[in-house]
Amino acid sequence: MTQNINLTLKVWRQNGQQDKGRFETYEVSDISTDMSFLEMLDVLNETLTLEGKEPIAFDSDCREGICGQCGSVVNGRPHGQEKKTTLCQLHMRHFKNGDTIAIEPFRARAFKVLKDLMVDRGALDKVIQSGGFISVNAGGAPDANAIPVSGEIAERAMDAAQCIGCGACVAACPNASAMLFVSANVSHLALLPQGKLEAAKRALAMVRTMDACGFGNCSNERECEAECPKGISIINIARLNREFFKAGFFSHNE
Amino acid sequence: MNWLINTLGSSVGKKLMMSITGFVFILFLIGHLIGNLTIYVGPDAFNAYAGHLQSLKPALRLMESGLIFFAIVHIFTGLILFYQNFKARPNRYEVNKQAGGRTLGSATMPYTGLIILAFVIFHLFDFTFVDKTGRTVYDIVAASFSNPVYVFLYIASVFIVGIHVSHGFWSAFQTIGINHPKYMPTIQTAGLLFSLIVAIGFGFIPLFISLIS
Repeated sequence: MTQNINLTLKVWRQNGQQDKGRFETYEVSDISTDMSFLEMLDVLNETLTLEGKEPIAFDSDCREGICGQCGSVVNGRPHGQEKKTTLCQLHMRHFKNGDTIAIEPFRARAFKVLKDLMVDRGALDKVIQSGGFISVNAGGAPDANAIPVSGEIAERAMDAAQCIGCGACVAACPNASAMLFVSANVSHLALLPQGKLEAAKRALAMVRTMDACGFGNCSNERECEAECPKGISIINIARLNREFFKAGFFSHNE
Repeated sequence: MNWLINTLGSSVGKKLMMSITGFVFILFLIGHLIGNLTIYVGPDAFNAYAGHLQSLKPALRLMESGLIFFAIVHIFTGLILFYQNFKARPNRYEVNKQAGGRTLGSATMPYTGLIILAFVIFHLFDFTFVDKTGRTVYDIVAASFSNPVYVFLYIASVFIVGIHVSHGFWSAFQTIGINHPKYMPTIQTAGLLFSLIVAIGFGFIPLFISLIS
């Protein structure tokens, strides 16, 4: 037996990058607790549209927790209060009837608010473009399993590769640092033989691009790993640091 | 030299400088505390320890210069990081909540650091840059700790050092890339124990001196 709930929402409204932005309060009623958080916003947007008002802009795509497109700060927590959950997988059963919920965009200098809860996370793409890849020569497909990878290494690389690039680590970091994101991408490739070849170049380029994008510096606050919807560990940040120092002090790359 | 500036000037490089200079101060705290323990043996032992230190002049000067250099690097890099991190989020959140990663130590690093800087300057002017003619080091210390305000100031300051170190200790390991499920829990426990030892070890001395005099 599901019970429907009524909520008060304080939502950040900002009409474009030039607008200063403000909170607006909305009442939503008769929300099914089986709904996801985004479906609840859909319901509110439908009401707003019918009233002739501007609906709330927010990002979403797959709505099954794997694409990294959604994400807002709900009551001070990126993706809401549930651990290892994206906003689309946060269900309304985690809220009580009569709750007031504050919804804000991810805030960082490197993430510009485009409209309401929508942020431009293009800075993360720039970081990936600078080194988050391996170079493969064109030609015949290589034999499967020609390069041996131990199960343990593969597991750790895949743990890091779980990053969906949602930016919650940046949103959660008191310094708006993107180190967890960068470290997950550097670790994923540095652990595997295919990625080792370009490890030095990659570590230097990705850290440099991260710095240039205006993210803050990591101060080991550990808020990122606590908020990461994929549970990526700061052990990856330690690995990124090692890769960066190895590259900076011992490789031939500048 | 470009490579060195590029490496150390990056965000990760600045953290490396904080980490290595931080390790130096951890070693300094250990040495300072061991030396201070002679005060429990008695005034003569403490004066003898201070005398021995002074007799090691060239080595002592070298260590002092090293500490000043590391302090300058630690303070300036720390201030740059503080400023950059503040700038990295121009619009603050309306609702601020933590997910459990942050600690008292980690959240207050720049502030405790600046308080420690003020304390170190005060401490040097109180005990080091003073007229030592006709009185022993112990006399100077005892005179200072006969004032309850000084006793409180010193105890409060070393507790703040403890708070700073409670984050700095494990954080220094993490930054230089030492983090592994096998030993990170040990490093974190050691860090908490070390910060307690620093706070209580240094903090009990002013109380002890004021009680016995």
